[in-house]
Amino acid sequence: MTVPLLQAKKLTQTYPGVRALKGVGLHLMRGEILAVIGENGAGKSTLMKILAGVQMPDSGQIEINGVAVSLPSVLAAQKLGIALIHQELNLVEKLDVAANIFLGRERLRYGLIDTREHHRASQIYLAAVGLQVAPTALVHTLSLGQRQLLEIAKALSVQARILIFDEPTSSLSSSEAATLFQVIGDLRKQGVGIIYISHRLGEVKELADRVTVLRDGENAGELSRTEIEHGAMVRLMVGRDLKQFYTHVPQKPGAVVLEVSELRTQVYPQQSLSFQVRAGEIVGVAGLVGAGRTEMLEALFGVTPAVGGTVQIDGVEVRPRSPEEAIRVGVALVPEDRKHQGVILQMAVQENMTLAALRRGNPTGFLNPSWEFALVGEMVGRLQIKTPSSRQVVQFLSGGNQQKVVLSKWLSLKPRLLLLDEPTRGIDVGAKHEIYRLMEELAAQGVALLFVSSELEEILGLSDRVLVLHEGRIAGELDRGELSEESVLRLATNTDVRDR
Amino acid sequence: MRKILGISALLLVVCVVTALLSGSFLSAYNIENLIRRTALFGIISIGVSFVIVTGGIDLSVGSVVCLVGCGVPWLLTTHGWSVPSALAMAVVVSVAVGLFHGLLITRLGLPPFVVTLCGLLLYRGVARGFTRDQTVGFGSDFKSLRSLATGEISLPFISGFSLPVPWLFLVVVAGVAAVFLNRTVYGRHLLALGCNEQAARFSGINTGRMTVLAYVISSFLAGLGGLLFVLDVNSAQPVDFGNFYELYAIAAAVLGGCSLRGGEGTITGVIVGAALMQVLRNMITLVTTHNNVEFAIIGAVILAGVIADELVRRLGARRQKTV
Repeated sequence: MTVPLLQAKKLTQTYPGVRALKGVGLHLMRGEILAVIGENGAGKSTLMKILAGVQMPDSGQIEINGVAVSLPSVLAAQKLGIALIHQELNLVEKLDVAANIFLGRERLRYGLIDTREHHRASQIYLAAVGLQVAPTALVHTLSLGQRQLLEIAKALSVQARILIFDEPTSSLSSSEAATLFQVIGDLRKQGVGIIYISHRLGEVKELADRVTVLRDGENAGELSRTEIEHGAMVRLMVGRDLKQFYTHVPQKPGAVVLEVSELRTQVYPQQSLSFQVRAGEIVGVAGLVGAGRTEMLEALFGVTPAVGGTVQIDGVEVRPRSPEEAIRVGVALVPEDRKHQGVILQMAVQENMTLAALRRGNPTGFLNPSWEFALVGEMVGRLQIKTPSSRQVVQFLSGGNQQKVVLSKWLSLKPRLLLLDEPTRGIDVGAKHEIYRLMEELAAQGVALLFVSSELEEILGLSDRVLVLHEGRIAGELDRGELSEESVLRLATNTDVRDR
Repeated sequence: MRKILGISALLLVVCVVTALLSGSFLSAYNIENLIRRTALFGIISIGVSFVIVTGGIDLSVGSVVCLVGCGVPWLLTTHGWSVPSALAMAVVVSVAVGLFHGLLITRLGLPPFVVTLCGLLLYRGVARGFTRDQTVGFGSDFKSLRSLATGEISLPFISGFSLPVPWLFLVVVAGVAAVFLNRTVYGRHLLALGCNEQAARFSGINTGRMTVLAYVISSFLAGLGGLLFVLDVNSAQPVDFGNFYELYAIAAAVLGGCSLRGGEGTITGVIVGAALMQVLRNMITLVTTHNNVEFAIIGAVILAGVIADELVRRLGARRQKTV
């Protein structure tokens, strides 16, 4: 048997109050794509941080090509050929492509930065990842997908033999993701070992040679290429069968809650949007990144006020110029960027949960601790939020629990219309399921729901009706009966599949 | 809480050291003076801490002190305004200054640093302009008005020591500020927007209005401070009245646990911070023969305090991890 490129044995790591890893092991062969999956809190990110030298494990051993190594720093890991492509990209936006590739390892000439050499050498790495941008392009002009490729080019420039991808596609459009998969495939052919972390089981199935599943800081099992299948992965991740992942029960739609006509957003002022959402309806919004989905929700929520058209809530015309005004007429938004727009990371669970309802719940202007206490208690129970206490700072909760805090912020206001933008992005299977359940529950109570998602299965599984956006306009509207992966994609990409 | 304990301990140490080095530190006269100065600086420090909590900065405090501090005696003596109208004018001007800053920052999106830096230059210039750079003061008049700053309240059972009136102003301002920040919806909104403005706005908070309010509070308390300062010292020279007071105020707020990143701060801490600054200045006057090293010593002590705080924080974080 050949010696693995990378082998980790019995890694343990303890945080205050949590044993994040309890003797986890994994191995990676040359030219192999190993997917590591697990629910949030299963220990994936801790494991990756250890392998990339971000932190040292409490105990355990790491071997590269059979030789025991120590990874006290990111630099040490890089020298051994390990590079981590972060979920949040680490690029300097105001520098150009070449400068980013050589950041910290600038090539010098007469003691000054040799820009010409940077440009020449960076072409090689850009070509290797198929990124067609000039070395002089500033990073902030690149799309998220291009930045991801640039990160890989940077990793290649340090001669990385082991690449760790942490949720690389979470903010990519499907065509960008396709390019990324191609590059990953090429790297595999060149003998690079790849560790791939993702919540998207579809792409794991498409990409991985082998899957290692973590659960509660332990190895839950392993699947070889032929065994990789959706149900098997979910079963290992949650330790039980999730029968019928999507259990959508269409409600009998009530009166029209949201009536949008000729709405024009600031990003696509020449396109106008018209649609309705009824009470008890869950309407999905599909489309590629940049189709104007987030902009549509933000116009309805008053974040970036619409430039034209009318919006009616329960038959009354409204014109939200700020979230404050939108909330007043019964609109709520679970925003796309949870950490920056959804929660206040430094504040406690309690303070986050009550933030939106504070004024309504405390009409005198003075805080009423017993009101706050009761509300938080109710929400923690209703949404099954896992937190040591209501005083816990939100930063230390898992993504799924943070999202539940965002949802509970709105529930106490009893919104008429709930807008959700990528509500399950980057959260684990169990929490996803609970958020779906909550959405169903709200629909049953007569709330109108409009949700944007880039995960097709979610759109198909959850919606009564789907609006498909393409370049700022509604390319089509599909009823539950007409829904299929093909019909949505055809509208989203504006191509006629039959023609091809 | 831990921060307040740390800074209080530092205050205690500086007091003990000064008392050991100088016999006059504990004299009733000196203590009264210290309390008076702490109260005056405490008021302007509380003001600026509201802005710091939102993640902004107000560099114009010293110049607003000068504007009001020179303006009120100028109106009263040179122009013969009545006391109520001069005081009303002081309130209007200081609130208008804060409103002006707040609107420039929220409506035009200008950086607070730049807006209030321009304010710093502007208001001192204006004060020097209308006074023609001449010293203004009350002379021997306005005794009853001046007693707001110079007056003393004798305490029962304690002879030889009485409480300076500005102390009452501080207690009232601090009490209102603390209740506002910790016990009202608006205080919570202010802290939330200091932590994360975007998330606060997405939660339906009118972040623009709250930011403007913070600058108005800062300028208003700077104006109140300016009035009390000039009533205390009787005369003001426009060229240097209130010079560097914004830095004393910001230093007191930061020492007292306000984070310049916003979202963090307590009123008690700010008062202890202001007291520490005044005791340090007092120590320098009492113990050393040359006042010219004042800034060097204050700078060094603040730096030491901040370094110690950071080291303790890191030690705490590491200990928590190994548990």
